[in-house]
Amino acid sequence: MSKFERHDPDSEPFALSRRGFLIAATSAGVLFAFSRSGLAEEDAATAIANKQYDPNLWCSIDADGIVTVNIIRAEMGQHVGTALARILADELEADWNNVRINHVDSDPKWGTMVTGGSWSVWQSFTPLSKAGAAARTAMIGEAAKLLGVATAACTARNSVVSAGSKSISYADIVKRGSLNRSFSEDELKSMTVKPPDQRRLVGHETQAIDIPDKTDGKAIYGLDAKVEGMVHGRPKIPPTRNGSKVVSVDDSAAKKIKGYLSHVVLDDPSNTVPGWVMVFADSVHSAIRATDLVKVTWSNDDTASISEKDILDHGAKLIADASKGSMVFNDDGVDAAFSAADSVLEQTYTTASVLHFALEPINALAFEKDGIWEIHTGNQWQSLALPVLAKALGVDEKKIVMRTYRLGGGFGRRLNGDYTVPAALASKSIGKPVKMVCTRADDMLFDSFRSPSLQRVRMAFDKQGKVTAMQHDASAGWPTQVMVPSFMPKGLNGEPYDPFSISGADSWYTVGAQRVRAISNDMANRAFRPGWLRSVGPGWTNWASETFMDEAAHKVAMDPVAFRLSLLDGKGRNAGSAPNSVGGALRQAAVLKRLKEKVGSDTSLPKDSGIGFATTFGQERDMPTWVACAAQVQVDRETGRVRLQKLTLVVDAGTVVHPDGALAQVEGGSLWGASMALHEGSEFVNGQIKDTNLNTYTPLRMGDVPELDIEFIESTQTAVGLGEPATTVVGPAIGNAIFAAVGARLRHIPIRPADVLAALKQATPPAQA
Amino acid sequence: MTTMQLNGRAVSVDAEPDTPLLWVIRDELGLTGTKFGCGIGMCGACTVHLNGRAIRSCITPLSAAEGSEITTIEGLDPAGQHPLQKAWIETQAPQCGYCQSGQIMQAATLLKDFPQPTDKDIDAVMNGSLCRCMAYRRIRAAIKLAAVEMSQGEQS
Repeated sequence: MSKFERHDPDSEPFALSRRGFLIAATSAGVLFAFSRSGLAEEDAATAIANKQYDPNLWCSIDADGIVTVNIIRAEMGQHVGTALARILADELEADWNNVRINHVDSDPKWGTMVTGGSWSVWQSFTPLSKAGAAARTAMIGEAAKLLGVATAACTARNSVVSAGSKSISYADIVKRGSLNRSFSEDELKSMTVKPPDQRRLVGHETQAIDIPDKTDGKAIYGLDAKVEGMVHGRPKIPPTRNGSKVVSVDDSAAKKIKGYLSHVVLDDPSNTVPGWVMVFADSVHSAIRATDLVKVTWSNDDTASISEKDILDHGAKLIADASKGSMVFNDDGVDAAFSAADSVLEQTYTTASVLHFALEPINALAFEKDGIWEIHTGNQWQSLALPVLAKALGVDEKKIVMRTYRLGGGFGRRLNGDYTVPAALASKSIGKPVKMVCTRADDMLFDSFRSPSLQRVRMAFDKQGKVTAMQHDASAGWPTQVMVPSFMPKGLNGEPYDPFSISGADSWYTVGAQRVRAISNDMANRAFRPGWLRSVGPGWTNWASETFMDEAAHKVAMDPVAFRLSLLDGKGRNAGSAPNSVGGALRQAAVLKRLKEKVGSDTSLPKDSGIGFATTFGQERDMPTWVACAAQVQVDRETGRVRLQKLTLVVDAGTVVHPDGALAQVEGGSLWGASMALHEGSEFVNGQIKDTNLNTYTPLRMGDVPELDIEFIESTQTAVGLGEPATTVVGPAIGNAIFAAVGARLRHIPIRPADVLAALKQATPPAQA
Repeated sequence: MTTMQLNGRAVSVDAEPDTPLLWVIRDELGLTGTKFGCGIGMCGACTVHLNGRAIRSCITPLSAAEGSEITTIEGLDPAGQHPLQKAWIETQAPQCGYCQSGQIMQAATLLKDFPQPTDKDIDAVMNGSLCRCMAYRRIRAAIKLAAVEMSQGEQS
């Protein structure tokens, strides 16, 4: 996650600093590459021949005019290759029919490889645009020479450069030209890109390149990876994530399984998979059966007796201690405002553990060939996995290469590449290629699931009901602390914090003196491995803050939408700044207003039905995707069952590159939000997650899908992320809708019928407008 | 030795008769379009046709396939141009795509039973096929689109 590489919020999403751009003819066609520091002045052909480039973004054009765009991002359903290639191809004025995408391996030359945080398009837009523009400039320059015309007379369109009656195709430029050109850092920076109204691909509809292979069985996922001579492995998952040691293994019963080979207790210097035993067989099926019959005795530490309630109770204790945690916002006068307040509203919100349940169970193929370790799998963060693999295998990182396959779902699970380690260790131990395939239960028990969270939100009001201060404290297990602590920035009190686990609480509402405190739940961090799950913190922080906003509105007898709008004034730090948050809170207000218009004020809803609202800024303040959602529900007072009837969303994501792909992300993301609010949620019990398959874990299915009405705001502002934002807003909209319908206030997700019945007993009749 | 027709060709497999058909198809016969999701018949990713009926191959023993005709996603249409496959592309239904072989195979038998399916028919049959990306809205639209094409094909 290059949060740590970028991070001046006012800077461009991707720094082009110290990079030039090289264009040179090679035997394979014309290559376009970013150069390393200070190399841009050199001869481009020499630099490329010597591989002195840093081409985490580059493309080539061959003699047939085929443009190949290399993609470092993993394809996990977001059609990212299509979107990224179109940004470049648009500026290049390439014929889209001649554009191909190539997903690359983990060679260090490609730079940091991560696919997460809804960052891919946002981070890539500017460099890919500039690269495309530079490439077009070079193609036009070469065409002018070949045609014997002035550069200024040339225009490029659909892979053809024309000047009056003369023209030449990109293919012919490659064949006949001798491109050797470089652009310095400054030249690249000042390279003008096309104005939005000149875009021919960005913002226009297209079909995703990855889709056809997903309709006929051709797409190859990690599960499908194979290599000659591989054996199949399945793990015995220990009773705790971090605290189990193997005492003994008895494989006598497994020996009667045809195809069972052997087993090994993994010795893991990286301590990624303590207490693991890998069972080998000659097929997946035999490995599954044999593993069932291998008996392992473990010794466990105290985490074997930790359960969900212990973690939440611990979170409450941490929150009650004012000395704990990291201050993300801590304005002057918070305590004074609460002391002086005419009234204070305080509520506590909780969210249960949530499992990733990527449909493809985790798996990896590992083997050593010619001194290089190859890891074949679907993965979202190769740059995080490589050093862990190096430690586990005891080899230099340069001796490991990851080959990324299609992901049968990412959702953040595959940001954590812990599952590559046991495959690699197993291969090392038996000296053969090992394909590890986890069963569904193995996958669930080994999930780095979304931590349960406990949050306290408080607001101070003066005599007139005006908001004078707000405090949001959130405690949860922190994936970033556990897996990549060096990535944690420091809060205002000098304490490091996991930005992904508090994002969302640092809202764009103007609420007077504001404090946001992020608290790591050390018990959670010890008892399991908290994971990044689609939207991470905003999945729980917004549950708390947007439910709270509704409660606060009712306290001051205001319409919940009007109350929010009164706080989204775009003043002070909420004014926004170029390039990422131009307009600030006023853009959040705009999506909420548009939503209210769309939904109207229909008073003819059936009995026990209601509409609830929520609004968020998506993933993070530095890359706000402005979202507002209205949920319509009907509540059965007898059973407590909530029927989600309709979701209406308005989204401002700035420039939208691939409109249909963007819509698909919001469709899926919003249903994820609904699923987590009503259908999912698990429980950590005595060191393990309770649910291990679909018999008890019940994500939303076809019959649960509500009517969806999704609208994007037309915009030419900076393109921001779309993979996660919609997930953050739906849960609180549903909770608020239940309140609007029957006056029952829910403060925990998932919302179960029993919770609704309990809340109904305490319900006050809904305020009638 | 178990013999059967796989996508129109005769195959014989030397595997234990209680081996799930899924692993026979994937590992013994090398067709990987059929996926493993839950192993208990509740996600639908492993759906194939046995004598024209959609079954969950992860819980169907090889012995049950003896002498039968098995069709997988690779064999649904020789050119991958079944009306459902075309509709899946037209509606841009797949996201990660992992469940889609099973979705399409399930939808193919749905349309045999309900050539003009209502939303309720679709819910009832497709509820057994989990899409974790939650591309349900497009899957529903694609089924309806394919139904139209197939009914027009019959009329012409």
